[in-house]
Amino acid sequence: MTGISDAGEHTIAAGSHPAERPLRRFILDNRASLGSLAVFLLMMTIFLIANPRVFLTWNLYTSVLTTLPVALFMVAPLVFIVAAGEIDLSFPATMGFAGLAFAYVVQAGFDPFLGALAAALTGVVLGLLVGLLVVYGNLSSLVATLGMNFMLRGLILIITQSKSIALVTLGDSLAYRLLSSTVAGIPIQIVWALAFVIFAAFLFNRHRFGAQVHVVGDNPDSANEMGIDVRRVRVKVFAFMGFGAALAGVFSTMINFTWWPTSGDGYLLPVLASVFVGGTPTWGGIGTIFGGAIGALTVSFIQTGIVGAGLSGFYVQFFNGLIIILSLLGHRWNQVRYR
Amino acid sequence: MAARIVELRNITKSYGNVYALGGVTFNVEKGEVVGLLGDNGAGKSTLIKILSGVVRPTSGEILIRGEPVANWNAARSREAGIETVFQDRALAVQQSIVRNIFMGREIRSRFGWLKVKEETREAHRLMREIGFTSKVFSPHSIVGQLSGGERQGVAIARAIYKEADVIVLDEPTTALSLTETAKVFHFIRQVRASGRSIVFIGHNIHHVFDIADRFVVMDRGKVALEKARSEVPRAEDLIEFMEGIARLKHAGSLSDTGAAA
Repeated sequence: MTGISDAGEHTIAAGSHPAERPLRRFILDNRASLGSLAVFLLMMTIFLIANPRVFLTWNLYTSVLTTLPVALFMVAPLVFIVAAGEIDLSFPATMGFAGLAFAYVVQAGFDPFLGALAAALTGVVLGLLVGLLVVYGNLSSLVATLGMNFMLRGLILIITQSKSIALVTLGDSLAYRLLSSTVAGIPIQIVWALAFVIFAAFLFNRHRFGAQVHVVGDNPDSANEMGIDVRRVRVKVFAFMGFGAALAGVFSTMINFTWWPTSGDGYLLPVLASVFVGGTPTWGGIGTIFGGAIGALTVSFIQTGIVGAGLSGFYVQFFNGLIIILSLLGHRWNQVRYR
Repeated sequence: MAARIVELRNITKSYGNVYALGGVTFNVEKGEVVGLLGDNGAGKSTLIKILSGVVRPTSGEILIRGEPVANWNAARSREAGIETVFQDRALAVQQSIVRNIFMGREIRSRFGWLKVKEETREAHRLMREIGFTSKVFSPHSIVGQLSGGERQGVAIARAIYKEADVIVLDEPTTALSLTETAKVFHFIRQVRASGRSIVFIGHNIHHVFDIADRFVVMDRGKVALEKARSEVPRAEDLIEFMEGIARLKHAGSLSDTGAAA
């Protein structure tokens, strides 16, 4: 029995183990987002070779940078939801609803900043409602949020009688100049969206909330045993999703000077795809905000890229799917699921 | 008497007419490793659940550091410094060691931002304290990459961070190989060296024999044997005793069926 009596002295040489070397740790910690970046760069290289004339003009990029921010405001919070082991399909309707609140306030003659505040409040409240329903009703988030998406969209149509709202005076406001004008050829909303993504990444990786989202998605029993209020954390991620969707609604309305009753609808699949193309796995416990942002970049460039590369628009859907599948295969190979 | 951390006096637990525990007295002294042995259904886990406050005893007294306690429950047990490490489901395996150790009690500054450096330093300290260090992993390693014995190390480090005086390990080596078991023993020795007590539950006598200062063997809801390590020269003596219990039980069940027939 002496064989198992002692493990022998383990020694520690600080800083010498592989996981401690900064570059290696950076690569290990960010393997998913770096993989997504590789996919994006590869795709852009192919586009560039296929049609250098189009892909070297700045116009192509400004058009993507105009619409990409709207998606980014929803991709980042959706990573929280997926990492917490849930899913949300109701954010497009929340985006539409919050945009409507914004449009009503601006139409009534108030400052757009006040409208944005009203929108944010609407988004958070709707997110909370969805979260409370899913968590305390003990429902499948997949089905419950699908239902909420239909219900909220229906409510929008009932309230507005499916009429759009044009906001002609919006362009003169300070809010517009600060939030979504063009400065030196760059649509300024991309700066705000990037700021939001960076904030979300810090929240995800360096904040108590993010840490608890990780463990709740990884092992809810363990989290509960360690005194974390699992249900509260779950409700919070839905509220945060509502907040992101509200910002998306405000920016989308501001960019178009118009709120449409379908506002948000077109974002459901691209935003979902961005999260998974970005390297966040479906099973919960881990995720990457920057990967999601790169995923959004990839998804929004597919359409522009394929048309720009000289293929007819018929190819767009096919390549959309192809890139999603290839990314998933890549991430599958790149990351292991620990149990 | 001052060194006695936990004292369970004459504890019974009955479910209807069935007695799971029929008057058990069980103590934990400061800095000792108690090996709690017994067959399945002997009452080990009921006793441990009472100790950790999950199950209420039907009768009996609980004293913590000599003081009788009332309304004993899981929260009181934790406050008293008793931490139970269950074999599975204790860890979030896709997360780093640091995140597991500080799960639910993150070190944070204002507005909830994590003090990552401080957490890393503290994790290093805790891991060194139980001899849980290696060249192949760091506090940032993912728990899923660790072996079974090393995962027990994470769970024990987490229990120590909670400033537990008594750490209850429920079958910590059951699913482990010999080398992995040796690792867990190494951690346990370090914990004892730091003055904390450990209750080690197991049914492999060889595993418990090497690590315990005192053995408590349970059988059918009672303490069948209590001996200090110094009183038991060889593991075989314990095995013989437990086999004797098993033979008695076997004979009992044979005569039962005989009576029925």
